[in-house]
Amino acid sequence: MTDAMVEIRQLKKIYHQGDVEVQALRGVDLTVAKGEFVAIAGHSGSGKSTLFNILGGLTPPTAGTVHLNGQDLLALTEGERTELRKRTVGFIFQKYNLLPTLSAQENIDIAKYIAGNKSAPDANFQEVLQLLGLSDRLNHKPRAMSGGEQQRVAIARALVNHPALLLADEPTGNLDTENSNLVLDLLRDLNHRLHQTIIMITHNPEAAAFADRIVHMRDGRIVS
Amino acid sequence: MVNHLVIENLKHRPVRTGLSILAIAFSVTLVLTIVGLSDGMLEDNRERARGAGADVIFRSPTASFGTGGGAAPLNEKLIPYLETQPHVTIAAGVLMHSLQFPNSLHGIDLDRSSRMAGGIRFLSGGPFRQETDIIVDEFYAREKKLRVGSKIPLLNKEWIVCGIVESGKLGRMFVQLPVLQDLTSNPGRITQIYLKVDRPENIPAVVAGLKKNQPDYGVNTMEEVLSAFSADKVPALTIFLKVIVGISVAIGFIFVFLSMYTAVLERTREIGILKALGASPAFIVNILLRESLLLAVLGAITGILFSFGTRYLFLVTIPASMQQKITPLWWPKALLIALLGALLGTLYPGLKAAKQDAIEALSYD
Ligand SMILES: Nc1ncnc2c1ncn2[C@@H]1O[C@H](COP(=O)(O)OP(=O)(O)O)[C@@H](O)[C@H]1O
Ligand SMILES: [Mg+2]
Repeated sequence: MTDAMVEIRQLKKIYHQGDVEVQALRGVDLTVAKGEFVAIAGHSGSGKSTLFNILGGLTPPTAGTVHLNGQDLLALTEGERTELRKRTVGFIFQKYNLLPTLSAQENIDIAKYIAGNKSAPDANFQEVLQLLGLSDRLNHKPRAMSGGEQQRVAIARALVNHPALLLADEPTGNLDTENSNLVLDLLRDLNHRLHQTIIMITHNPEAAAFADRIVHMRDGRIVS
Repeated sequence: MVNHLVIENLKHRPVRTGLSILAIAFSVTLVLTIVGLSDGMLEDNRERARGAGADVIFRSPTASFGTGGGAAPLNEKLIPYLETQPHVTIAAGVLMHSLQFPNSLHGIDLDRSSRMAGGIRFLSGGPFRQETDIIVDEFYAREKKLRVGSKIPLLNKEWIVCGIVESGKLGRMFVQLPVLQDLTSNPGRITQIYLKVDRPENIPAVVAGLKKNQPDYGVNTMEEVLSAFSADKVPALTIFLKVIVGISVAIGFIFVFLSMYTAVLERTREIGILKALGASPAFIVNILLRESLLLAVLGAITGILFSFGTRYLFLVTIPASMQQKITPLWWPKALLIALLGALLGTLYPGLKAAKQDAIEALSYD
């Protein structure tokens, strides 16, 4: 194996909407090295989220090859994709997507619980919490937190099981400039200090600039 | 952790949670009240029959058990004959006339019936003095707000309460035997005869002797008669109970179904989040199941508590007509009914949640 975290060759994804076929991905080639922070930019409808969903094991690819951390995603069953979501990938969404009935700490804990991760909070994760600056807000429920705080909790949740790959879909789409910069700084810190591999989707060039490398998508293909 | 999520979810929607618990409680209360009433009323009948103090009952073979109709198949000349039988100390004839369910009017020989019952205690007033006198028991008096001197219209006649007696002796309303015989056109006739035997060990001999000498009549010990007053000996009642249990399961089912169904619709995003975190369909169904089973348990407990409330209501309003017993033996069954309803109600919403597409839930508002 190389030290590629992600290896994508001629990836295709076709959605069937009734009788209509929607070609969301038309042959994507992409390699992301371990420890790399890559931004995927492109207009709305260019297929970014579809790529995100495939890499996260939320939907199966139609054709091509996708290797994630050495695993062939095309061959996975539904159950294996569930397993992939437990430990191999961590998600950050535009809309935070915290469970509203649980506190920040519990939102992080339930991700651990679902993954069957019984280890005590480790030094590595303590460092994450430090970086996130959340220590005094952990007992609050999401609705008592600002968008920036919620997104930082979501990052902590995404990282608690030490995923090989952190996937972020428009993580700053709902945040003001100050909070956006805070979150983006955090992602860069995580990448630099902990060598966390990150793929971030964004249509905002300023956000993309935080990454090591920017990949552009158009009409289901990588254009540069 | 999962239990915590379940409890937080239920707390998050207090009105829905409360309503579901109340609905389940309602169906549980319904079952317990019906069971309690059938047990309570049968037991009350049994207690009053026992309170009559008789050891043997002498009836027409065609008579049915319990508080007979208006039939008066026996000739009262049998009373002195029976009283001369060996070991028989008292024979008391009674004419029973059914009124509006579940009441009946007893025509009695107060002296004999009283001696047989070991004395009937008057709470106020006293024995019959005139033909229009009626004696009622304390429950009937309480239910109908009667006191000595009150007038009751019955059988096209106005009666005057002359005495109120303690409950639990034979019946609730008594008039003099000849008066009732006249009124119901049954002169000289009675419904059944109660016999008191000198010593308990002689009861079998008395029954055996009477069966031999009077083969045309029904002769039973009081114990035999009492054992007939139980719910499982009354087929109509057991069918009725099954219907009520079925209705209760259905109510529990419908409410848990609605509650879980709306919960699933409302929590599309949360279910999507859990899936993104790697939760399997079984995990999601497990959470919903725990939620509804918790609702069922809370509902069952509330329902059991409510059944004490309905019992109290019957006791203060219509103690003579309806007596509800508290039936702890039925509590586990009530819980099962609630659990069954909840389980059925979670099936479809659970499957729907398990099949839900995570991506759709997560990417759109
Ligand atoms: N679940 C779906 N069913 C059908 N078509 C879809 C679905 N998801 C996305 N698409 C279509 O696929 C294309 C790419 O969408 P998407 O990956 O969401 O792009 P982006 O995230 O870059 O906006 C669009 O034309 C979109 O309409
Ligand atoms: Mg998108």
